[in-house]
Amino acid sequence: MTDTIVAPAPKVLPSVEPILRVVNVVKHFGAGVGSSVKAVDGVSFDVLPGETVGLVGESGCGKSTLGRLITQLIPVTSGEVYLNGVDITKLRGEKLRQQRKQLQMIFQDPYASLDPRMTVGDIIAEPLVNFKMIRGRAKDARVQELLRTVGLNPYFNNRYPHEFSGGQRQRIGIARALALNPKLIICDEPVSALDVSIQAQIINLLEDLQREFELTYLFIAHDLSVVRHISNRVMVMYLGKICEVAPSEDLYTSQEHPYTRALLSSIPVPDPRIESRRRLVELSGEIPSPLNPPSGCRFHTRCPIAQVPGVCADVEPPLELKGEGHLAACHFSEQVRTKIAVTN
Amino acid sequence: MTDPILEVRNLSTHFFTDDGEVKAVRGVSFSVAPGETLGIVGESGCGKSVTAMSVLGLVQRPGKVVSGEIMFRGHDLLKLTREELRNIRGRDIAMIFQDPLSSLNPVLRVGYQIDEAMYAHDKIASNAVERRGIDLLKQVRVSDAERRIKDFPHQFSGGMRQRAMIAMGLSNKPDLLIADEPTTALDVTVQAQILELLRDLNEQTGAAIILITHNLGVVAGLCKRVLVMYAGEIVEEGTVEQIFESPQHPYTWSLLRSVPRIDANRGHRLLSIEGLPPDLIDLPQGCKFNPRCPFRVERCFTESPPIEQVAPAQHAACWVTMERAYAEMGAGTITDTSPGAASGVHPAGRSLPPAEVPAAIAEPVSD
Repeated sequence: MTDTIVAPAPKVLPSVEPILRVVNVVKHFGAGVGSSVKAVDGVSFDVLPGETVGLVGESGCGKSTLGRLITQLIPVTSGEVYLNGVDITKLRGEKLRQQRKQLQMIFQDPYASLDPRMTVGDIIAEPLVNFKMIRGRAKDARVQELLRTVGLNPYFNNRYPHEFSGGQRQRIGIARALALNPKLIICDEPVSALDVSIQAQIINLLEDLQREFELTYLFIAHDLSVVRHISNRVMVMYLGKICEVAPSEDLYTSQEHPYTRALLSSIPVPDPRIESRRRLVELSGEIPSPLNPPSGCRFHTRCPIAQVPGVCADVEPPLELKGEGHLAACHFSEQVRTKIAVTN
Repeated sequence: MTDPILEVRNLSTHFFTDDGEVKAVRGVSFSVAPGETLGIVGESGCGKSVTAMSVLGLVQRPGKVVSGEIMFRGHDLLKLTREELRNIRGRDIAMIFQDPLSSLNPVLRVGYQIDEAMYAHDKIASNAVERRGIDLLKQVRVSDAERRIKDFPHQFSGGMRQRAMIAMGLSNKPDLLIADEPTTALDVTVQAQILELLRDLNEQTGAAIILITHNLGVVAGLCKRVLVMYAGEIVEEGTVEQIFESPQHPYTWSLLRSVPRIDANRGHRLLSIEGLPPDLIDLPQGCKFNPRCPFRVERCFTESPPIEQVAPAQHAACWVTMERAYAEMGAGTITDTSPGAASGVHPAGRSLPPAEVPAAIAEPVSD
């Protein structure tokens, strides 16, 4: 892997130590003799304290795998994950467990991620019990405080998950993630299983909690509108690699990678006038198999401006700086906005 | 105005479960003109899919259409025999479902399944059917159709499966295509391609489309007219411009402001809709949206508002309507969307449990 470039810090926070630094992380899943699924293939980035970094991509791009690698729910094939300066990929057992206290996760499916046989109180207290932080009355008080924090009735602690709606369950999952006062929370598609009107409640709650507890989020989702809304910076992933990193403000107006432009052109806007002018950037073919990703730039098989045969098929473009806090991995990024039309 | 091809009048569909009668669809009326694209939007449980299933006679026990008429070309579909209905279903009215994987038979070739739809309705020669199958796959833009028609569904990607489903729906040149969340299971880039395909097919074949979705953006791009459903009822109906630019029902208005838009400036807070949709077994009195509505007035608790004309071609079921909410309640600058926040109507005993009520409105306002 050649691209060890790390996303630079935004201007407002100069020389702050990143809370999370991911360096050249690779995850290959074995798929029979001699072949492997290259789910994450050399990803590097920083997350600074207090910011929200979004990670978007379509199904199979490796975004959820990356989330699981950062939390060390699955081991990396190679690369390093620094949590507050400590490489947690080298830690095992108790040492890893202690480091992981600072890191929590909110999962996609609020039905599958809560044990149906545990009470809500026990679910939320489980991290506290695991780390022997608190017991008895103090524990109950903490659970009630957490329930109140996420906007639920504190006296619901004796109820079971099935008594709650999807949105309420996601609040329970959030309360559990907050229990240990973590610094960093990985949100893996936290709202995609929820109805539209409930999504906004949870997004607003996550924003309020971030302000109140100075949380840092890595927000993984497929819905770019949601990701852009909540994030300071957005990383776009395609076939196991990050192809663009941009400040959220820039993302809609200036794209430096053709895939990002195509992705944006396909997101429907709830406005019939905008919709009638919008032009879809057609991507040819299907997403290639991560078993055998294309040579050179991974996007060249579908890219509307790729030079094939030529540099795009032969040379892998590095993720490099294209503007203030804006990185992209494209040989022809200067042509993206001039050559790919998104309006009629 | 031409005569509508489909006219649904006062449709009610209930499910008789052990827990009680789930009133999934209540008194729904709408019509579809030939070649029109109509969107039905709403959240899960609002009755949009049950409405479509009722039209096609696909509601199964314990569900039952309890009242109404579904007029298609002058015949009431609810009065037809199973045999007569089967002749219309799949030929004149076709349906596309959300999950293209579970809607296709995994052990039969895609081509066979497309042909099957034609054999079911017409006695045509098998070689003609085969050729039409390939043409249909080409029409829905499956590349290399001659070869792919012999594939099994698992050899197709998600987007291609949905294309195959659409090909099946089109096989008998229907007058009306009902698409129930056709892109929900797909990635955005694939979703955009499928929507473009539906738009082109609507123009080329003249088939009317009813698009059922929870995604407001999808409706804005494809539909000319929109119905908004909430808790089993149509709460608003209008042209796509009216619904998106001057919605009159507080639910439509709130829904539009609760979704993040990709083209929006960052930093603004989403206006969320507080609370949950009502239990369809035990519905609230009066307007079904009143427990969540920031603009509710006293009347909303007791009387159910009828759907009435609010502008040419636009109807809404609301005692207040957004026009008044803007004029009298400052809807343009609202930041607190808790129930009754804008109107100040929080009758005692009707407020949410204490923990769910923000401090600002915890005290009931006395009149």
